[in-house]
Formats: sequence, C-alpha cells, structure tokens
Amino acid sequence: MRAIIMGSGRVGSRLAHLLYQQGYEVAVIDEQPNSFRRLDPTIDVLTVTGTAIDEDVLKEAGIEEADVFAAVTNRDNSNLMAAQIAKHRFNVGTVLVRIYDPVRGEIYQSIGLQTISPTTIIADIFFNEIIKQAQPASPATAPTSQKETR
Amino acid sequence: MYIIVVGGGKIGYYLTKTLVNEGREVLLIEKDSKKVATYEERFGSVVVQGDGCEAATLEAAGAARADVLVAVTGDDEDNLVACQIAKAHYNVRRTICRVNNPKNERIIKDLGVDVTVDATNLMKDLIEQYIPERHMVHLLTMRHADLAIVEGRVTAGSPVLGKVISDVRFPARTVISAIVRQSQLLVASGSTRFEEGDEVIAISHREQEGELQTLFTGEEIAQI
Repeated sequence: MRAIIMGSGRVGSRLAHLLYQQGYEVAVIDEQPNSFRRLDPTIDVLTVTGTAIDEDVLKEAGIEEADVFAAVTNRDNSNLMAAQIAKHRFNVGTVLVRIYDPVRGEIYQSIGLQTISPTTIIADIFFNEIIKQAQPASPATAPTSQKETR
Repeated sequence: MYIIVVGGGKIGYYLTKTLVNEGREVLLIEKDSKKVATYEERFGSVVVQGDGCEAATLEAAGAARADVLVAVTGDDEDNLVACQIAKAHYNVRRTICRVNNPKNERIIKDLGVDVTVDATNLMKDLIEQYIPERHMVHLLTMRHADLAIVEGRVTAGSPVLGKVISDVRFPARTVISAIVRQSQLLVASGSTRFEEGDEVIAISHREQEGELQTLFTGEEIAQI
C-alpha cells in the first residue's frame, strides 16, 4: 500500500511514522524542505519538496499508484484543493483532509470529501473531560437526580 | 443583480470601483482591516472585513441571494474554495475565479467553477495574435467542448490557395465559419474559393488545430 502525506508538520511526520510502521510505502510533500527534519530519520520515506496542488509534484510523489492521500497542512484551502485533485484527477481511493474550520469541513463533507476537524475533536475531548471531572465534585446535584430516578 | 467580490487586491479594488460606478449592487470581502477602512472611505459601506472562504462571512454578506461571486485573491486555492462554498452551500448561480498559476485552470474548471480567468494565458494568446509571421492564430478556447476559434491566413505558399472549400479535406469536427477578404466579411460556403490574403475564421476541435495549421501554412506542425 502506498500513502502520500501532504504537510511535514507535527501531524504529518507522526502520521508518516505510524503508516511506515504499519508497512506502508510513504511519501511526504512539503513546500519547506527544512520541515522534513521532523521526520524520524530511521524510517525510509520519500520526501518531495513543492506544493501538493501541483500535479507534477503529486506525480513525483507517486500519486498515480497511491492508495491513500492525507492532506494535513495547517492551511485548510490548500488541503481542500490538493485533496480534490487527488480524488477527482487521480482517483485515489482513500482521501482524508484536515480542516480547522468545522463549518467548511461540513460543507465539503456534504459534497463527498472526507474531512477531519481537529477543532471539533479537541473541543469535544476537553468538554467530556471537564464534565467527567466535574461530576463527583458536585454532590449538590446528586440528590436531585436520585429523586428523579426514584 | 447582486455581486460579491472576494479579495481586495488591485483587481478586487478596481472591479468593485467599476461595478459601483455602474450602479450595481456589489459587496467586497477583504481580510485586511486597514484596506477595508480605506475602501470604505472611498466606496461607502460596500466593503466588509472577513474571510471569503468562511461560511459565516458569506452568510453575513448575504451570499444566499447573490447572483455572482467573483474570487480574485492572489491564491488559487482560496479562490477555488470561495467559489465552491458559494456554489455548494449558497447556490450562487455563477462563480468566477481568477487563476494565478495557469497550471491550475483546468482542475479549477473541473471542480465546478463556472468561469476561470487566467491573465497569463490571455496575454500569451494576445501576444501570439500580433506575431506577424504566424499564419495561424489561436483566438479563443471555448470551455466545455474543447473547441477553439482559430484564424488562418491564406498566403502564396498555402496548400489551400485557389481551392474551393468543398475540395479541401479539412479535419473532422472543423467548421469554416467566415472569411475576411479586404476588410469585408464573407460567409463561407462550399463554393467559396480561397484567395491570397484571406483571413479564415474556423471553429475546430483543439486536437485538430495542428492539422488545420498545416493546411494554411504548408508546414508540418510537431504535435506537442
């Protein structure tokens, strides 16, 4: 299996590591060559310098044989454009897009793109954790709920 | 007609100015609040500060009742996303997208934008029209069908010189539309005979442009 990751930031480099360990052939695209320093030097990953909205750059990374394309830069619109090129031009099977703006994510989800919004995910995790920790510390509400269940 | 312009650079600024002067209902969305303040002084309240790719901004701009959205920022990905959101989420009838990198024009069209404007290619086409030794000029590419309008000049060396149209084996999917002879427009028919100096306007499939060129210039054109 072949995976292309757009963006060699913290998320991209970690994802490259995980996929490599899973046995994937991994290529990472980033506009800034010094971003590749974040990649684990012990793993064998193809690095391509350039913008992933350029078809020639995508081809260099092996898009024509790719099974997975993950756009994880911190620029929503670049991720969206590159992902659509991967999906519609090169028919990559699994295309995933990181989008900070949850509303934009939902709109693109509705037109068939698989989007993941770290904003929503992290807010939900924080919220659930806060609620969980707040419950034992609020005995005042407990009798009311007991009354209700009775 | 309500027009939303996304991006207040030079193009966005002059486009808004022109539309305001024509009495159109127009709204310019620009990220930079300093620019917004300057433009507001000049145009009044037709400028809003915000990100034209954000649904909240478009919502507040009344995108749902916009007839046209024009995205003219310096970033192709931002222009594409603004147009796609306008189309997918607000059903804006016509989206027009400025293309900065000519390589992106095709994919932007394929991804559903109605009209793309690529200044680089436009200028290249215009330059080609003014190269005098060229006997075949690409005038316009028509979207949707991969058709091109081309102009061929009949010269002393043209294989078509002296022939009538019905005797010339033109490539398939080519229509000889008109001939300009000594500044007069002739409607071409099968019996029209090509004379030296004729400017022939044809509509042709883009793949056949090379073949057509050979008929007018006599030169074999290397296919790219």
